Amino acid sequence: MQASGLDRIIREHRFFAGLDEEAIALICGCAKNVRFEAGQYLFREGDAADQFYLIRHGRVVMEMAAPGHGAMSFQTLGENEVAGISWLIPPYRWRYDAKAMDLVRAVSLDAACLRGKCEVDHHLGYELMKRFVPVVAERLHATRMQLLDVYGTPA
Amino acid sequence: MSTVLLPDPAPVGADPMLPRVARVLARRRDGPDVWTLDIEEEGGGTGFAPGQFNMLTAFGVGEAPISISGDAASPNRQVHTIRDVGPVSGALARLKPGDPLGLRGPFGVGWPMTEAEGQDVVVVAGGLGLAPLRPALYHLLAERERFGRIVLLYGTRSPGDILFRRELESWRRRLDVDIEVTVDHAGGDWRGHVGVVTTLIPRSAFDSANAIALVCGPEIMMRFAIVALRDVGLADEAIYLSMERNMKCAVGLCGHCQFGPDFVCRDGPVFRYDRLSRLIGLKEI
Repeated sequence: MQASGLDRIIREHRFFAGLDEEAIALICGCAKNVRFEAGQYLFREGDAADQFYLIRHGRVVMEMAAPGHGAMSFQTLGENEVAGISWLIPPYRWRYDAKAMDLVRAVSLDAACLRGKCEVDHHLGYELMKRFVPVVAERLHATRMQLLDVYGTPA
Repeated sequence: MSTVLLPDPAPVGADPMLPRVARVLARRRDGPDVWTLDIEEEGGGTGFAPGQFNMLTAFGVGEAPISISGDAASPNRQVHTIRDVGPVSGALARLKPGDPLGLRGPFGVGWPMTEAEGQDVVVVAGGLGLAPLRPALYHLLAERERFGRIVLLYGTRSPGDILFRRELESWRRRLDVDIEVTVDHAGGDWRGHVGVVTTLIPRSAFDSANAIALVCGPEIMMRFAIVALRDVGLADEAIYLSMERNMKCAVGLCGHCQFGPDFVCRDGPVFRYDRLSRLIGLKEI
């Protein structure tokens, strides 16, 4: 029963839209439902990136801490978005913190499980890459915009 | 002690090149280096349309185009929000209640408020770009029943740079308008969105087949807002931008603000995107 519920959640999540049933079944084998209370961390900088999250409900803030500045937020994510990219890239360590801003319900995907399945099934790997690369590109683009400081006082 | 010679007040509709005299009624700080002046013309205001601008003169310093950021329903109290970035804007921003200033205007083409009726309205503002959109927001909220869903997406640098904060908070308490504010970076005490304003567009609920977008902010932000609006299905004809150029005469004579075949002061500052689409990405224009 749990698996069929996850099936539906994963199939309906925008990130996995259009994925075939076989791939969904493979992904479901690595998935579980999780929840985080406000203020709880989904992951912390430096820890092993051994999962990523499909956010179903609530908001997650990405932070980095710097001496003298405390935690600085650089991105917030919400419903239908995906939190965590470092699980795809060696050495599979988080580069920042991710904290629940309010109650967050998500699907946690076991990264080692999924990486293993992708090594065996390149079709699954390709389908995942097709979904992650636009996310990476979009976040890189957003970072460029933030770096340009477009709202700053004109020179 | 120097004496400032002021021109006589001119009747409305007289020479558009001749400044009329106005006085500052109130001045308040609306952000780092950003000041809002309420001014009153001698003899009463002329009225304006949301999105239009005035040429304001700091006597003895110079003249600058400044968007009108107040409510068109209160034409006698004209409101301008000014960022102190140079000698003229700095002199205007430092004016105190009672000080005189020169005023020409209002000039230009404003936001398409009539065309927006019956449609969802998506207002996308970046930084100081919220100022020229505020008159449109006043109108949308005052005539709420004439419009579909109203969405305001506002992006700025940091929580300390948010313009009109109290007003945004009061609008947010209304149940008939969606307001999302995002900042490029924030400390741990910020509870809102973090990220560029364009990322809010696909997250927002509006009917892209029956929506109109009003966009104002730094040009690079507007370019990427256009991409995001088109990605969610808005037609080029449904996207309006307020352009900023070096406006001097404000009546389409001097050519300083020429943008392709148009003059921003006379044909804009608000343009429909399909009119600008081939020009807006050019580097030297």
